[in-house]
Amino acid sequence: MKTRFYALFATLALTISGAHADDVIVDQIDKTFVIDGTEVESLTVSAGDSVSFRNSDPFFHNIFSLSATQIFDLGSYPSGESRSVSFDKPGLVEVECAIHPDMYMTIEVE
Amino acid sequence: MRLNNRALSGSECTRPSVWALLFVLSVMNLSVPALAGRADYQRPDIQPPPANNQTTEARVALGRVLFFDPRLSGSNWISCATCHNPAVGWADGLATGIGHNMTTLSRASPTVLNTAYNKFQFWDGRVRSLEAQALGPIVSDTEMHQDMDELIEELKAIEGYRPLFDAAYPGEGISASVISRALAAYERTLLTTDAPFDLWVKGDDSALSDAAKRGFALFEGKARCSVCHHGFNFQDDGFHNIGLPSHGEQDPGRYAVRPIRAVMGAFKTPTLRELARTAPYMHNGAYNTLREVIEHYNSGGEPVEGLSPMMQPLGLSTQEIDDLVVFLDSLNSINPLTETIPVLPQ
Repeated sequence: MKTRFYALFATLALTISGAHADDVIVDQIDKTFVIDGTEVESLTVSAGDSVSFRNSDPFFHNIFSLSATQIFDLGSYPSGESRSVSFDKPGLVEVECAIHPDMYMTIEVE
Repeated sequence: MRLNNRALSGSECTRPSVWALLFVLSVMNLSVPALAGRADYQRPDIQPPPANNQTTEARVALGRVLFFDPRLSGSNWISCATCHNPAVGWADGLATGIGHNMTTLSRASPTVLNTAYNKFQFWDGRVRSLEAQALGPIVSDTEMHQDMDELIEELKAIEGYRPLFDAAYPGEGISASVISRALAAYERTLLTTDAPFDLWVKGDDSALSDAAKRGFALFEGKARCSVCHHGFNFQDDGFHNIGLPSHGEQDPGRYAVRPIRAVMGAFKTPTLRELARTAPYMHNGAYNTLREVIEHYNSGGEPVEGLSPMMQPLGLSTQEIDDLVVFLDSLNSINPLTETIPVLPQ
């Protein structure tokens, strides 16, 4: 009963605040960025969304951006791990892998 | 969320036929895993030249002459071939290069063989194209120490060059852009030829000794070399700090191009082809023999700032190191690319 109450409360709270942030999963496969099995070079998200970069290669990747819109460095992480970044400010974000810089994509934050 | 897809890549297009081949081979009871490995090492196309520098005979001919012409340097003493000498694997046989006024440089001269396959040029990958690379050493203070405007005037004054430039780039005259494009056009032709390993990849089982085959299995397995050295050119267009010993200050390497902690002291993965002719090895010429190189990896590298987390002690036995050396020897061209030094225009 208590659990049901909390679930209802949480749903109401989300509805009232209107908060609905997406989390997009971007895979790293064969040194490319992949979403739902398709290689991508750009992506558009809404401010407040987050993107999880999942390393599905058998070696390390290191996703970062030095764009004026948003600077981040997710560090080096091995196969099977995922690291996430939230995008709060509208603008263009260039994303690269520090280890394999041919891995490059842009994220347009609206 | 909206996303833009890339066109289907070449490797994806060929994948079904590879699987079909593997199915046929498995029915024939052949060694499927080994052959799947071989498919990854077939010679690919080179990186496509830019639209304004499609390869032509005249462009390659001009680039060849420029490559061997010491008048490209400020001293008129150093040509591209001084450090990329065809007699020593298109490198220079030195730990690190020697530049203007006999200055000892901080990095080794890499072979120019197979640079046409690379997506990044220079040890730190600061440019992508061979065209952009070609001018770097010419105008570098410590390397060829040339003033580009002066060079253009010097070349314009050499009558014998005029027909070569006119044939290669009609109506464009002599400029930095034309010089760089001609050099790049020539460098795109500097490729390794079949090594014993390539014959094995094509299906000749007798092309590799048992030791070389054991070495290749280690290369892809326990020794984990193929994590970075993979594909036909045995490199990954990637940048790694492998914990090399260094004397004095650490060279920041890729960090100077992209100030990200993971690439402090990282350098581009070099090709493993023609190693017999390109010692000493590593970006700073730290090792003279392949055994020393493998022993370095076996140790896990020195604990320097930026050391790649992929560097781990390998626990290779002496026999396993021997086998890896034999395998690496199988990557040398059977008939290496040779070149005749051209007569320079006057």
